[in-house]
Amino acid sequence: MAAPEGPRTLRVCVDPDNLPYSQAGGTGYEPALARLLADELKLPLQLHWQPMRRGLVRKTLGDGVCDALLTVPQGLDRLLTTRAYYRSSHVLLTRQADPAPLRSLDDPRLPQLRIGVQLIGDDLAASPPGHALVRRGAVARVVGYTVDGGSTQDADDGQGPAAQRMAAALARGQLDAGLAWGPQAGWFAAQAQPPLALQVLAAPAGLGLPFEFGMAVGVRRGETAWRDRLQAALDARQADIDALLDRWHVPRVPNLPNLPNVQHGPSVPNAAPPPPSPEPPK
Amino acid sequence: MLRTVAMAAMLGITGGLPSPGAAADDDGQWTTVAKDASNTRYAALAQIDRTTVRNLKLAFRFSTGVTRGHEAAPLVIGSTMVIVTPYPNIVYALDLSRPGANVKWKFEPKPLAEAQGVACCDVVNRGAAYADGRIFFNTLDNQTIALDLQTGRELWRTRLGEIRRGETMTMAPLVVKGKVLVGNSGGEMGVRGWLTALDAATGRIVWRAWSTGPDKDVLIGPSFRPYYAQDRGTDLGVKSWPPEAWKIGGGTAWGFLSYDPELDLVYYGTANPGPWNPEQRPGDNKWTSGTFARRPDTGEAIWFYQWNPHDLHDYDGVNEHVLVDLPVGGTGGGGPGGRLRKVLLHPDRNGYLYVLDRATGEVLSADPFVPITSSLGVDLPSGRLRPNPQTAPRTGEVVRNICPASPGGKDWQPSAWSPRTRLLYIPHQNLCQDAASYEVGYIAGTPYVGADVKMKPGPGGHRGEFSAWDPVARRKAWRITEHFPVWSGALATAGDLVFYGTMDGWFKAVDARSGELLWQQQLSSGIIGQPVSYLGPDGKQYVAVLAGVGGWAGAVVAAGLDARDGTAALGFANAMRDLPQRTRLGGALYVFALP
Repeated sequence: MAAPEGPRTLRVCVDPDNLPYSQAGGTGYEPALARLLADELKLPLQLHWQPMRRGLVRKTLGDGVCDALLTVPQGLDRLLTTRAYYRSSHVLLTRQADPAPLRSLDDPRLPQLRIGVQLIGDDLAASPPGHALVRRGAVARVVGYTVDGGSTQDADDGQGPAAQRMAAALARGQLDAGLAWGPQAGWFAAQAQPPLALQVLAAPAGLGLPFEFGMAVGVRRGETAWRDRLQAALDARQADIDALLDRWHVPRVPNLPNLPNVQHGPSVPNAAPPPPSPEPPK
Repeated sequence: MLRTVAMAAMLGITGGLPSPGAAADDDGQWTTVAKDASNTRYAALAQIDRTTVRNLKLAFRFSTGVTRGHEAAPLVIGSTMVIVTPYPNIVYALDLSRPGANVKWKFEPKPLAEAQGVACCDVVNRGAAYADGRIFFNTLDNQTIALDLQTGRELWRTRLGEIRRGETMTMAPLVVKGKVLVGNSGGEMGVRGWLTALDAATGRIVWRAWSTGPDKDVLIGPSFRPYYAQDRGTDLGVKSWPPEAWKIGGGTAWGFLSYDPELDLVYYGTANPGPWNPEQRPGDNKWTSGTFARRPDTGEAIWFYQWNPHDLHDYDGVNEHVLVDLPVGGTGGGGPGGRLRKVLLHPDRNGYLYVLDRATGEVLSADPFVPITSSLGVDLPSGRLRPNPQTAPRTGEVVRNICPASPGGKDWQPSAWSPRTRLLYIPHQNLCQDAASYEVGYIAGTPYVGADVKMKPGPGGHRGEFSAWDPVARRKAWRITEHFPVWSGALATAGDLVFYGTMDGWFKAVDARSGELLWQQQLSSGIIGQPVSYLGPDGKQYVAVLAGVGGWAGAVVAAGLDARDGTAALGFANAMRDLPQRTRLGGALYVFALP
């Protein structure tokens, strides 16, 4: 961080096993996006491979092993982001050959269907669609796929990203439907045999949780000049980026880049600070 | 090695663990992390007493070379001290027969670096175990390793879990009847909990008792006699969950183990259930957040009691069980004068100090040791915790003033018992929390919504306490308020002293009867280790503790988290913003004695 405009090399952290974002060997849309940005910024590119799990911001940007993360929710706490360069949604996956597939979370069959969801984060927090299922009494036949390779399904071998395992189970007929985050759903649905159908879902009214997220580039807090350079590069190459995302089957919803991620639910304000420290005892 | 004449009254047991109540004789060693199988953490040594402790001085200091949370207890076997560091779990053996810190040998297990990314609450290790010339310890990446005590040579190692599945190991093993008992960590990641017995000579797995699933996995069979009706039935570890959810149900076993050789029962607690959102796992979620009594030879369960059925607040059930014999009565509240009963004392995360009949699992009393709003009490006839609907988490809404906060009235930090004062000395916290079931998070390329939790001081404004609890009178005899949560273990001695450490590095000795501060010294880093006391080969009494801040409470320092982000460290950072100004990273063993 010596130069005021930011780094002299574009150093990006990427996950070695997380398609469609990235995979060891250099595939995935993030390495391609990184090359686009490096070209636009006229900087050499360095990819740093690291699994993105708990503490990913601290272990990448925080530890200084790289200076940008290429896909983070716009406005995510703990870092500074550009505006969203695309917007996607949690989506519904079904088999194309299914004669009466699930089309909506208001379907009265919902509690009886075997539906896959991703379980991620602290204490296996459910994705927003997962919460929607619970609200509709669909709990008993929901199959959760954890990021760390666990699930409640015997046939799940725990290999590969959660969405990949879910799509495979759906294709095999072990699920009736899957709910997954757009980019992941899109990629694995496109690989599945037999083919899967993908449908963008709107968040149910009253849930208080968003289904859509704008995805942006993230940098360390405070590095506004560096963020602005990346923003300019994204803006200049948006058309190329859209084509890249199409090639990787990333489903998109209309992106209003100036719209911040709206908080649909209340967040906890900071509690009152602790009382002043007493003098150390003698 | 030398021993004083006074110590010649050795226990008749060789290579085994002292029985409950056998506190009068003390061979001056510390061969298991909790001093004895009853987990009293009481040293019947009185050279250092209430009048001499003011002269206590540093005898030697040893830098471990590691700077994460140091939670272990040093072991002292003969003239050898054994300590285990946080990741990378280096084992040092120090030769106590010469002055100063002399490293006899050092063992580096070289655990996988990726294990650090999986551990939820700092990369800690709570210490080793010893039996029959062998040292046993766990590595963060799920190996149990046996070493020769004299040489440090590796005898065997067994891998028991998968970091790829979010599993780690942090607990101190217990050796019972030739078996090394170990448990896993990682309930936050959907790891299914277990307790495993390894053959001490070979490392071969003898049995494994899962915390969820069908009875055959949980080792529930014809000998199982739970005290309360809600714990009776077949395959409750399946039926008390939505279908198949038990497979990612948590219930890991990362706390301390106790053993009663007369009843032949091992006691340990299971952690909280997963997933976090309780709405996704309706049912009592057995056998999480409760305590098992099992036979060490086979692992078969004899009884179980669930502290927190369908846990709502991340209250793991893994806290220690201190085995004592007390004059307490039956249900409806005993009192002095009742018959002598074999009980266990258990300060739970949920804020109650429980006294259970350790033969049957009957709850004799359950009284708050901190302010509680998350529940309304424990109904003794049914044995069931009564949750408070006002403080249940609700998606999309803020719920305020949940007391105690998720780390509980007390977390892992172990209490100590003095047979002289008949008091349980409890290091603990005074924290409440506000929680909103909404915060955008992002892991592995997937946005999600998690709990936004911010912890804060409880009533009174202090975040820590050290309490002396009278389990017969069912109330505190005295307490000390502290600025930070008291995250270290406690040590009681026959000198009528109790020792503990603060997160900003003060190691303290207080009067066991009154709580009066008699001695303290600030060490180079916050103290979250388990203090011990032993007789050196020179016949002097020593007190030893590891300093090195970290653990869940100290993550804001140990993991270098941004204290401005109150939600970091699962909301603990909000309550610990001033810790980085009051202490810094470190890792050192401190040993004190009278001049």
